[in-house]
Amino acid sequence: MNNSTPIIRVRNLVKKFGDFVANDHLTFDVFSGEIFGFLGANGAGKTTAIRILCGLSKPTSGEISVAGFNIYNQTEQIKRSIGYMSQKFSLYEDLTIAENIRFYGGIYGLKRKEIKTQTAILLEKLGMNDYRDQLIRDLPLGWRQKLAFSVAIFHNPKIVFLDEPTSGVDPITRRQFWNLIYEAAHNGITVFVTTHYMDEAEYCDRISMMVDGQIVALDSPGKLIQTYNAANMNEVFLKLARSSLTEVKA
Amino acid sequence: MRTILFILQKEFLQIFRNRMMLPIIFVLPLVQMLILVNAATMEMKNLNIFVIDRDYSTTSRKLVGKFAASPFFRITGQSTVLSDAESSMKRGKTDIILNIPANFEKRLVKENRAEIQFLINAINGTVAGIGYGYAASITSGFNREIVSEWQKIPAGTIGAQSIQVKSSFWYNPELNYKVFMVPAVLAILVTIIGAFLSGLNIVREKEIGTIEQINVTPIRKYQFVIGKLTPFLMIALVELGFGLTLGKLLFDIPITGSLFLLFGTAAIYLLVVLGLGLLVSTMAKTQQQAIFISYFFMIVFIMMSGLFTSTESMPDWALKVNVLNPVAYFIRLVRMILLKGSGISDIYRDVISLAVYGVAMLSLATWRYRKTV
Repeated sequence: MNNSTPIIRVRNLVKKFGDFVANDHLTFDVFSGEIFGFLGANGAGKTTAIRILCGLSKPTSGEISVAGFNIYNQTEQIKRSIGYMSQKFSLYEDLTIAENIRFYGGIYGLKRKEIKTQTAILLEKLGMNDYRDQLIRDLPLGWRQKLAFSVAIFHNPKIVFLDEPTSGVDPITRRQFWNLIYEAAHNGITVFVTTHYMDEAEYCDRISMMVDGQIVALDSPGKLIQTYNAANMNEVFLKLARSSLTEVKA
Repeated sequence: MRTILFILQKEFLQIFRNRMMLPIIFVLPLVQMLILVNAATMEMKNLNIFVIDRDYSTTSRKLVGKFAASPFFRITGQSTVLSDAESSMKRGKTDIILNIPANFEKRLVKENRAEIQFLINAINGTVAGIGYGYAASITSGFNREIVSEWQKIPAGTIGAQSIQVKSSFWYNPELNYKVFMVPAVLAILVTIIGAFLSGLNIVREKEIGTIEQINVTPIRKYQFVIGKLTPFLMIALVELGFGLTLGKLLFDIPITGSLFLLFGTAAIYLLVVLGLGLLVSTMAKTQQQAIFISYFFMIVFIMMSGLFTSTESMPDWALKVNVLNPVAYFIRLVRMILLKGSGISDIYRDVISLAVYGVAMLSLATWRYRKTV
């Protein structure tokens, strides 16, 4: 983690849907090369925030820059610098592994030759070499998730946004998936990941905890556990969520 | 440009990997041609006629014989009591009642004039009108015969005394209804392929969520639109070629005009239709919604297109509305090119209108298509 200029800079991000405030004055920085965890229960506003950062949705107000570009009028430059893996599965099920990689590589402007060699390297690494001409729909979920992630960083973006990448995946595959994330971070890709698995939070360099559209805590997992005098992240989360609940009641 | 090629490659892979696609492309035109062209005919054959002959003379029987000999009529019953015919009509067995009064022949001889009556079931106004037309023409033919026979004037010379109207039918001399229908069915085919398949394709990406992945990439809107619509433009043109071949083989329709002009016109028309498909896809969240919205437009467009009914006989306001009906333009143009052999100088105004329409529609749809939601 270096403390130079932040690669994602968010000041007072507000997103309203009618009267409902999904993101309530979020302020945070993400630094180059770190794994930044965005935690919260379902409906806390994680996906809303990630969609805004990716340029899929416009904020109601706030000052936001991603990879040095303004979210309001430089979305196309932002899109060139990021990768995204959505909650919904994003590969084409009726295309093969190789065809999916070729398509996404192609639309990010990679040359056909580059795509070919990179695909070979990637499939070798994932151990899927023999399956390059299999349709995605015939692959197990864990494989698809790993592929979706690999495709999201295939064009070597500065930042990759992962929206609950491991939901519905077994623990072993989740562990393997996190190895891929570490590798990406090691290669200098900043990772922005949302999850509601608290054990995964401990894999992150820093995490922000969201409750009801607000960031209630932001620090490294170790410090959070210390501050809240908890045994693990799960307890930290329960304490934070509970305190906000009692606030609401009071 | 490279981006578009990558999109095109992906689209074609997906389209031809879809097992429903080839049947849709090749079976749809075959079925439409065979069923629509053969069944949707405005020619009236076998109109059921019930004869009330209260005269029962040589002349009246001769008149009835004329109807019996006509391919348009079939005599379903004969009686001297009108109520028999009426009850037959009520039961749906009779379309027209020919009522020949008593003393028909006698009046004809004495007063040189006589009356007969046609009672026509006019629930379907068109059938009634055409049926009456046939009946009237048989009657007047009969009339001429009687006149020439009784005045002892040879049949050939009667024309010398009066103005003789001789009609010749152009562009479809045999008045073959199929020749009229095939071009229109071709137009409908191209429309359905263009509007439905393109719209559904994009909405499908929305449904499965891949559109979101596309939207975070640097793909430009125009690249996406071109990449998505070009395959269906090509498929629709292939479809037109296939349909045209079927039309030639099955119905021997004339191809009088230039094929190049026909396909060029079709390509321009497809801009409108594809634009419509894209527009629908920006409005719909699911394929069901897309189908419903497309269906709504298509029904209105096709019903007002001149496929079955003549657009010229529509009321003024409908004619004005029809200026916005792309299907009407295209059916008219296909018929003109195929049957009349119209050249570009005959149709350029319509073609320009279509081009303007297409550009407007595509721009609107592209503008409405949002990479952000």
